[in-house]
Amino acid sequence: MNSRLINWFKFSSPATYYPLAGRLVPLFSVIALVLIGVGLYMSFFIAPTDYKQGEGYRIIFVHVPAAWMSMFIYVVMAVWSGLGLVFNTRLSAMMAKALAPTGAMFAFLALWTGAFWGKPMWGAWWVWDARLTSELILLFLYIGFIALQGAIDDPRRADRAGAILALVGVVNIPIIYFSVKWWNTLHQGASVSITKGSSMGQVMLWTMLIMTLGFWAYSIAVSLARVRSIILERERDTTWVSELPEVRG
Amino acid sequence: MKARHKRLGFLLVGLAGLGLAAWLVLNALENNLSYFFSPSEVAEHKAPEGHVFRLGGLVESGSLQRGQEMTVRFVVTDNAHKINVEYTGILPDLFSEGQGVIAQGRLNENGIFVADEVLAKHDENYMPPEVADALEKSHQAGTPGTTNL
Repeated sequence: MNSRLINWFKFSSPATYYPLAGRLVPLFSVIALVLIGVGLYMSFFIAPTDYKQGEGYRIIFVHVPAAWMSMFIYVVMAVWSGLGLVFNTRLSAMMAKALAPTGAMFAFLALWTGAFWGKPMWGAWWVWDARLTSELILLFLYIGFIALQGAIDDPRRADRAGAILALVGVVNIPIIYFSVKWWNTLHQGASVSITKGSSMGQVMLWTMLIMTLGFWAYSIAVSLARVRSIILERERDTTWVSELPEVRG
Repeated sequence: MKARHKRLGFLLVGLAGLGLAAWLVLNALENNLSYFFSPSEVAEHKAPEGHVFRLGGLVESGSLQRGQEMTVRFVVTDNAHKINVEYTGILPDLFSEGQGVIAQGRLNENGIFVADEVLAKHDENYMPPEVADALEKSHQAGTPGTTNL
């Protein structure tokens, strides 16, 4: 193998990944704090009022990034699950397990903020249209994944069952994303897309993107911190864990 | 062929099969997944006329009439067909002429849609009022963005 390339397989071992994650957690925590702080300030004080919705539209700065993250984290979780099934690496399943609670939180946040927006704008907290229903199914998939993994005592079997659930559920992601295109829904179409660009004011768009990057950094920090405790828990009988200064001390 | 290649193969075939199954199911369910019917679909008798259904479209400009008590009448259009709607109750904040709307109710014998719930549909445009004014001036034809419901 070319010596200039990073040997990625080195980091598939929990013993090398654990200290790497430990170094990355504070870095991403700081990035998340700064970006979400700036993003929230812009959301409340800098972004202009909407021409039709007035001030109530500002919930979009949490709602849309949360909805994006809920879908993206699920895809990442499914990729880790697939890697775990194919390569039989212990760490992959631990990463999938570490991501699930954060994804569930974002799915819940998207539904919750959406309800708060829907009542004044649409006139209803909740409707059973394709977008809302498929996002609710995503929340149930996250909860189901967490429950299934928790219900099986043997970690290897728990990982495999969870991985299959995560992979089966991945068909829901394009359904959520394209639901507003494929069917008549009460939920509006995408304001920002790769193919069509954006139909938002410039400052509004930037505020939303900064919030999105902040949510990314938060997700990375939280899931790495969580995977560290999962590693410690599962590898507690190994020598490398018993030699860690924080374990010995 | 190593064991992990075999597992990767299983995985890919499984995902492809799953995707195909999902596609078939969604195709079969096509109309049932739509939240509302457009006036054109009602005109083509695709909507369940004897039952409660949802009608979606734009509130035609100049068609809103406020009647006795809290009854309002307006016309829902998709720029091809029109349907008269009658509703008694409080309208949502975003309800206005030229704006998207979804009404739930049934057609009466005179062809008037009697709604018992009216929801406003917002479009994907978000902009400051100054930009909206500028757009309005540049093409007086209509409110920006309301055509792509």
